[in-house]
Amino acid sequence: MALELSEPRPLGKPIRRKEDARLIRGQGRYLDDIVLPGMLHLALVRSPYAHARIRRIDVQRAAALPGVHLVLTGQDLAAAGLAWMPTLAGDRQMVLAVDKVLFQYQEVAAVVAESRALAEDAAALVEVDYEPLPAVVDPYRALEPGSPILREDRDPPSNRIFHWEAGDRAATEAALARSAVVVRETVRMPRVHPAPLEPCGCIADYQRATGRLTWYVTSQAPHAHRTVLAMVAGIPEHKIRVVSPDVGGGFGNKVPVFPGYVAAIVAAMRLNRPVKWVETRTENLTSTNFARDYHMTVEIGADADGKVTALKVSTIADHGAFDAAADPTRFPAGLFSIVTGSYDFPVAFAEVDGVYTNKAPGGVAYRCSFRVTEASFLIERAMQSLALRLGMDPVALRLKNFIPPEKFPYHSPLGWTYDSGNYRATLERAMERIGYAALRQEQAERRARGELMGIGVSTFTEIVGAGPSHTFDILGIKMFDSCELRVHPTGKVLARLGTRHQGQGHETTFAQVIAEELGLTADDVLVEEGDTDTAPYGLGTYASRSTPTAGAAAAVAARRVRDKARRIAAHLLEVAEDDVEWDGTRFHPAGTPARGVTMAEVALAAYTNPPPGMEPGLEGTVYYDPPNLTFPNGAYLCVVDIDKGTSQVHVRRFVAVDDCGTVINPMVVEGQIHGGLTEGFAIAFLQEIAFDEQGNCLAPNFMEYLVPTAVETPQWETDRTVTPSPHHPIGAKGVGESPNVGSPAAFVNAVIDALAPLGVTHLDIPLYPWKIWEVLHERGVAE
Amino acid sequence: MFPAPFGYVRAESLDEALAVLAREGPGAKILAGGQSLLPMMKLRIAEPALLVDIHRLPALTGWQETAEGLTLGAVVRHSQLERAEALQEFYPLLGRTARWIADPLVRNRGTVAGSLAHADPAGDWGAALLALGASVTLRSLTRTRELPLDAFLVDIFTTALEPDEVLTAIRIPKPAGRPFGTYLKLERKVGDFAVVGVAVNVVLDARHTVVEAGIGLAGVGPRALRAPAAEAALIGHPLESGGIREAAALAAEAADPVSDRRGSRAYKRNVVRVFVERGLKALADESRPEVGVTA
Ligand SMILES: Cc1cc2nc3c(=O)[nH]c(=O)nc-3n(C[C@H](O)[C@H](O)[C@H](O)COP(=O)(O)OP(=O)(O)OC[C@H]3O[C@@H](n4cnc5c(N)ncnc54)[C@H](O)[C@@H]3O)c2cc1C
Repeated sequence: MALELSEPRPLGKPIRRKEDARLIRGQGRYLDDIVLPGMLHLALVRSPYAHARIRRIDVQRAAALPGVHLVLTGQDLAAAGLAWMPTLAGDRQMVLAVDKVLFQYQEVAAVVAESRALAEDAAALVEVDYEPLPAVVDPYRALEPGSPILREDRDPPSNRIFHWEAGDRAATEAALARSAVVVRETVRMPRVHPAPLEPCGCIADYQRATGRLTWYVTSQAPHAHRTVLAMVAGIPEHKIRVVSPDVGGGFGNKVPVFPGYVAAIVAAMRLNRPVKWVETRTENLTSTNFARDYHMTVEIGADADGKVTALKVSTIADHGAFDAAADPTRFPAGLFSIVTGSYDFPVAFAEVDGVYTNKAPGGVAYRCSFRVTEASFLIERAMQSLALRLGMDPVALRLKNFIPPEKFPYHSPLGWTYDSGNYRATLERAMERIGYAALRQEQAERRARGELMGIGVSTFTEIVGAGPSHTFDILGIKMFDSCELRVHPTGKVLARLGTRHQGQGHETTFAQVIAEELGLTADDVLVEEGDTDTAPYGLGTYASRSTPTAGAAAAVAARRVRDKARRIAAHLLEVAEDDVEWDGTRFHPAGTPARGVTMAEVALAAYTNPPPGMEPGLEGTVYYDPPNLTFPNGAYLCVVDIDKGTSQVHVRRFVAVDDCGTVINPMVVEGQIHGGLTEGFAIAFLQEIAFDEQGNCLAPNFMEYLVPTAVETPQWETDRTVTPSPHHPIGAKGVGESPNVGSPAAFVNAVIDALAPLGVTHLDIPLYPWKIWEVLHERGVAE
Repeated sequence: MFPAPFGYVRAESLDEALAVLAREGPGAKILAGGQSLLPMMKLRIAEPALLVDIHRLPALTGWQETAEGLTLGAVVRHSQLERAEALQEFYPLLGRTARWIADPLVRNRGTVAGSLAHADPAGDWGAALLALGASVTLRSLTRTRELPLDAFLVDIFTTALEPDEVLTAIRIPKPAGRPFGTYLKLERKVGDFAVVGVAVNVVLDARHTVVEAGIGLAGVGPRALRAPAAEAALIGHPLESGGIREAAALAAEAADPVSDRRGSRAYKRNVVRVFVERGLKALADESRPEVGVTA
C-alpha cells in the first residue's frame, strides 16, 4: 500500500511517487514537447551500406527545395574542424561521414528545414554515390590477418582497439592445470539495445547576440555533456546551458553524445535559429548506442567436491565502427572484472580485446554498471556448467563457494573490495519463497513422465556507484556527485543534484532521504535535476550510481544543514548547543522533550532571528566522493516448463530476492526490480540486434526488435534481505540494474536445467523456441 | 517517419471511390483502416499519389446473415468480429481469430477486407477465411466479379485485385451442420505476425460425422494456404485421434515455409502438425456431448 507524501519519518516507507501525478496524466515535458519560436527541424541522411567509400555527395536538389535552410555534409564540418568528435571512451567518431562509411545507417548528411516532414523530403533528395566495400561483421574475422582495416584514421592500422587484462594469468593457468575438474564454455551475449521508449533528441538554441547556447537534450548526464560540448565546439562553458527535461527512459542509451546533436548545434549556430533533431525509432535502434556484444570464453576449475579453484576468462568485445562506450577512462571493458561474482576464487584472470567491425558504434552499459551484466551472466552460466559436470545441485555448489559473511570487506582476486553481503541468507530466503526442495521433487516426477521442467538459479553480485576519485574518471573528470540544499524560511526545501533521473524516482526518494534527516516530509522537499545553470556539477545517472553518490551527497548535505540548525535551536531554546537533542522531528533541551522547536521554526529563525554572529540562511552543498563502490547482490530462482510441440518456454515462477542495503522506498525498489527483470527476460528470450553478412541490420524496428508487453512478461515475486553498505551514509547500495544483471542467467539456467537430461549444457541467447526445438528434434524428443 | 507527399479524398459513395480509381490509375490507393498502408507510407516503402478513403462508407459497413451465409462489408473491423456474439453460433472461428490480431488499437481500426487486400502471407484472416471457404466480391466502375478467396490470393502481397477495383464484400457460406472452429497462433510476442498460424474449422452432422472441414495456414507459404488433403481426410469420419493425426500430418505437408529468423522450415512444418492436431483435438472435446456433467 502506497503512503502519502505527507507521511512523517519517510525513509524506508512506500511513499507514492511524486513524478507519477504529472507523468501518467501526460503532463510530463519531454524533449519533443518543447517548441521554440522560429524553430527549424533537422533530418539525417544515413548510409544504406555497412562499408563503402563515398565518391560524391550532391546536395543541390535538396538545398533547392523551398523551405530548406541548410544542408550539411562531412566536408562542411571538416572545414570547421568538426567532422570528428571525441567519444567518452577516448576514441573518436565521425559526426558526418567523410570519405567513407563504416556502418549501415551511419550519418552522412544533415538537412535543416521548416518542418520535419520537409526535412525528410529533402533528405531523400540528397544524392550519395557509394562504392561498396566488403563488410567485416564477425569480430573474430576482424582480428584475422588480412582482414580489411576499417579505421584508416588510426595509427598503427589495426582492427584491435585495446587489450585489457586483470588478475594473474600464470597463477590462474597453473591452478587450472592442477584442478580435478575444469569446465570450458563459450558464451555469447549478443548485441542488444536499451530501446528507451523516448528516442534521443535535442534542440539547439543559439543566440548570436549573447553568444549563449541553450541546449535541450535527452541526457542522463547534462553536466558531462556541457563539458564535452565546450571541449568539442570551443564554446566557453559558461555560455552553454544544458537542460535535460523529463527523460522517457535512458538505460545507458542517453549517456553518449551523438552526431545528430553536433549537427543540430552547428546548424543552430550557422542559422541563428533554434534547431530540433529527434531521431526515429529506427534511427535509435540502428545508430545510437547498443549494448553487450561480448563473445566470452570461460574456464572454471574446481576440486572433486566442488570447491572452486580458478577462473579464466577471455573476451572479444565488438564495439562496432567506433569505440563509443561510456566507461570510466581506466576501464575500457568497464567493471567486467567483477566476473568472479559471489564466489571465493583463490585466483582469477580476465582479458578483453576490443574490436572494430562494420556495425553501429558502442557499446554502452544497458541497465548495468559497465559490463557487469556480461560478467554476471558468464559466471552464473559457468557455475551451472560446473554443477552439471560435477553432478551437483546448482544451489549446493553455490552455497559451498559463496564468500562467507565474515570475509567482508572481501578482496577479490581481480582487485575489488566488496563492501558487504550475506549471500547464503539471501539465497536461503529465495529457496524458502519458491519451495525449492518441493520443486526438485516435482521435477523428478515430471522428468519420469517425459516432461521438460527446469529450475534456474542465479546468485549475482553487482558493482555500482562509480566512483571513488582515486580510480574513476571520465575524460579526466572525477566521478563524484553533488547536492545543494536550501531550506526556505518556512521550512520548505529545494534540493538540486548533479544526477538526472529518467524514471528512477529521484524526486521522491531523494526527498525522502533529505526529509528524514531534517524531520520533514517528502512533500516538503522539492528535488530538481537536469539544468546545468542551476544544479551543482555531477556526472549524472547511469550505472546505478545516483543513490551511492548523489544520494549520499543529499544525506550529508542534510546533516550539515541540521548541524547548523542545532546551533540555531540552542539559541531559540536558550540552552547550550551540547544540551540540544534531536528526536527525528524536533530539537529539544536534553531531558525536556515537551519544549522543542521544529525544523520549520528553526528555518524561520535562520532568516529572521539568527544567533548573534552567525551567518544567516540555512543551506548546504556537498560534493560527495564515495570511499568505495557498493556491491548489491541477489538470489534469483526461476521455474520453466517447455512445450515439446512448439518448444515455447513458459516461465512459471520467478522469485527475486535482492539485497541493496538500506531501502529508501520499497515500492520504488520493487518497481525498479520489475522493470529490470522484464528487460532481463527480453534479453534471455527475445532480443538481438542481428546483422546479415553484408552488415545490414536485421532488427531496425519494433517488429523485429521485440520488447515484451504485459502479456508475455512473467509474474514477478520479489523479496529482500538488508545488508547495509558500511561506507554509505545511510547504508544504501543502488538497485536499478541488479535485476537486469542477475536475471538473464536465471532464465537460461532454468532452460538448460530442463534440457540437461538430454545432454545439453549450453545454448546461446536469445532462446527462441526454434533453437530449443532443433535440440529436441535432434534428440528425438520433440512432439 | 513522415510519408512522401500524397493527396487525399474521402469518397462520399462507393461509385465516387470507383470513379476516382478509374480516373487516377495505379497511383491511387484505397485507404481502409490504414494499419498496413500508413506504416508502409511512413517508411516510404509505399508512396501512393492519392489515398481514397472508404472507411466511413455506409454501404460497406456491417454484415448480413442470410440462409445462404454471412456477408461482411469491406470496412468491418477486426474488433467488431472479436466482439460479435451473434456470430458465435454459426461462425465461431471469426471471433477466435480476431482476438489474435495485433493489439486492441490495431483491431479497432484495421479491417478484414484490408487485411485480405494487403495479402501479407503471415496475416491471420487469409488462413481463417480459407478454412471457412470464403469468397470475395470485387467491383470496378464497369464490372462486378466474385472470386473464391483461394483464387483471390495470388502470392506474397499480391492478389487478383485490379488497380481500379475495390473489394466490397466477403461471403462465407452457411455451415451445413454444427460448426466448430478455432485459431492457433505461434507468435514471438503479442502483436507479432504469425510465425505459424493455423485455422481449423469442422462442421458436424447430428451423428458427429464431419461433413465439412477447412484448414488454413498462415506464415508457412508465399500466401495463406489451404490444406485440401487434410480436409478431405477428415470428411465422412467422426473427429477422433487417428483421423486427427493423419490430417495433421497431411496439413504439415501442405505447408511450404522458408527458413528465417523465426525458425527453420522443418520447425515451422512441425508446428503446423502440432497445431492442427491440438486444434482438432480441442474441437473434438468441445463437440463431445457433455454426458453426466452435473453442476
Ligand atoms: C502493429 C501491427 C500489428 C499487426 N499484427 C497483425 C497480426 O497479428 N495479424 C494480422 O493478420 N494482421 C496484423 N496487422 C495488420 C492489420 O491486420 C491490418 O489492419 C490489415 O492488414 C490491413 O487492414 P486495413 O484496413 O488497416 O488496411 P489499409 O492499411 O488501409 O490497407 C491495406 C492495403 O489494402 C488495400 N485495401 C484496403 N481495403 C481495401 C478494399 N476494400 N479494396 C481494395 N483494396 C483495399 C489498401 O489500398 C492497401 O494497399 C498488424 C498491423 C500493425 C500495425
